[in-house]
Amino acid sequence: MTSAATGYGSPPNPDIDVDIEKKASPSRAVDVGFVRLTLALAGFAGIILIWVILQTTEAALPAIQQFGLGFLVTARWNPVENIYGVLPQIYGSLMTSLVALIFAIPLGIGTAIFLTEGFAPKWVTAPIGFAIELIVAIPSVVLGLWGIFVLIPAVRPIFRAINQTLGWIPFFGGPAPRGPSLLIVAMVLGIMISPIIISITRSTFESLPRSLKEGALALGATRWETILTVMIPAGLSGIVSSIMLALGRALGETMVAAMLSGNANRINISLMQPGSTITALIASQFGEAGRLQVSALMYAGVVLMVLTLLVNIVAEIIIRKFQNLEQ
Amino acid sequence: MSDSAQLAPEKVDIDITRAAIAPVRNYTGIVLTLLSGLFVAVIIASLSWVLWDVGKEGIQRISWDVLTQTRYPAPGLTEGGFGHAIVGSLMVLATGAALSFPFGILAAVYLSEFGRGTRLAYLVKFSCNVLTGVPAILCGLFAYAVVVRGSGFSAFSGGVALGVLMLPIVIRSTEEALLLVSPDMRLASIGLGSTRFQTTMRVVLPAAAPAIVTGLILALARAAGEAAPLLFTAFNNNFWSTNLFGPVATLPVMVYFFSIIPFRLQQELAWAGALVLLAIVLAASLIARFLVHRTRR
Repeated sequence: MTSAATGYGSPPNPDIDVDIEKKASPSRAVDVGFVRLTLALAGFAGIILIWVILQTTEAALPAIQQFGLGFLVTARWNPVENIYGVLPQIYGSLMTSLVALIFAIPLGIGTAIFLTEGFAPKWVTAPIGFAIELIVAIPSVVLGLWGIFVLIPAVRPIFRAINQTLGWIPFFGGPAPRGPSLLIVAMVLGIMISPIIISITRSTFESLPRSLKEGALALGATRWETILTVMIPAGLSGIVSSIMLALGRALGETMVAAMLSGNANRINISLMQPGSTITALIASQFGEAGRLQVSALMYAGVVLMVLTLLVNIVAEIIIRKFQNLEQ
Repeated sequence: MSDSAQLAPEKVDIDITRAAIAPVRNYTGIVLTLLSGLFVAVIIASLSWVLWDVGKEGIQRISWDVLTQTRYPAPGLTEGGFGHAIVGSLMVLATGAALSFPFGILAAVYLSEFGRGTRLAYLVKFSCNVLTGVPAILCGLFAYAVVVRGSGFSAFSGGVALGVLMLPIVIRSTEEALLLVSPDMRLASIGLGSTRFQTTMRVVLPAAAPAIVTGLILALARAAGEAAPLLFTAFNNNFWSTNLFGPVATLPVMVYFFSIIPFRLQQELAWAGALVLLAIVLAASLIARFLVHRTRR
């Protein structure tokens, strides 16, 4: 160690400088290289979304050129004549997702309130929270299997009864329901997406300042008046963005729709009759598809992507705005 | 006298308020409380119903034989199992992990350590969050367009699809794990003369390791159950195959195919496969939960 020998106050020894340089330069190169590597990978990760969009669109180009926007309003899927359109599937995707939201919004918000607003002690809420995490973890193909062999036989008599008594309402009409239908898909989707609404709504409620709630209670509001008139309005943006994310998930869910919708290529106003969704179409047709049909399925994928991207970007922007307001 | 006569009706008024308004407020509250309790019950009941049936039906058919036989039963025959589908699933998952884990972790290192607050970091995070919301089936279409069109159905293309699926999850969870590491540790390390590379590799990443591993396990669990991206990438195979560049059977795809054909034996295999899948993802979330608890202590 020459540096110890020189001691303080003595002029810097040029030899030492050289030593440090020699020791430092390789590790400095590694250091700079490492930072640049992480930078490059982060940049690449940012581009992947665009790559996915472009690549899918490119594969869909033949169909886009052939069918144009008419693809969106054509209700035929005919591999023999090579005429394709996804109107029934767009209808099915939107219908199943919206009905799923009708199930999931009360389930999700109700459960989030139950878990955060002190209705039950922690030894009750903690296992419930874990159970909700488990719902997210169940593979959708398992839910589809369960739907085919358990849920459909279980609800068939109920569907038939509703169909007989309320059949004059278009949504429940048609011949006696056999089971596979948009409504079954929506029911399973509703259970699948409510954990998304629960977890985001829950953390929104927990992040609201305590003084809001305490103020309302001090003014004499009951617990539910506080929740309905103070907590929900204050957390509205969080709740809305959780609903948007849940909607995006429902639109993109494939296996449940492919296994339970009945894959009927026509528009049925009645939710109890077989239908189809964009995802179900892609999953069920891809195996035996010819060239133009693959391209048409890619086009259907692009339509799905546009729908989900819009929904997700809106959700993301709402969340960001909300975070900015908090800080 | 006149005073008390005026007071009397006031008293009555107050009683009426108490009698008429307060109970309405209470009843509304009670009804809403019951309603929210009912919603919780519906969610818990659905979960238990699914778990019960998968457990009951799966247990009946599952056996050592089914897990180790390496070809699907031909229609009408009784010999067969899905050992090769388990191996196929592992191959596809390993490929996806090999592509997305190092990539995702290093990208997250940039977001948390070097690029915090930069415009690029903001854009990458935004695009990752949006990518998380992209339906899994589109990851499959992407892998089809990039890999399958050139070289046919393969385990590798399935891995690419799952890699795209896992990448945003890996980046997000790793970044969150890194942000939990105290800034003091980084300053101490740099103060001792470490470079940024040394600080990251020897101090920050080891300190965040349990949380990072938790995120990786959850990403794997999510990908393990996905059938949609594999339908037209890894496709299917009735027989044993360890060829990374040929089609392989996977568990989720098997459950899908066997649940929509009218053969009893195949349907039983679908239930057994579903039980295996469920066991894998439940074990993964339990392990992840355990790791999180240990880190918090």
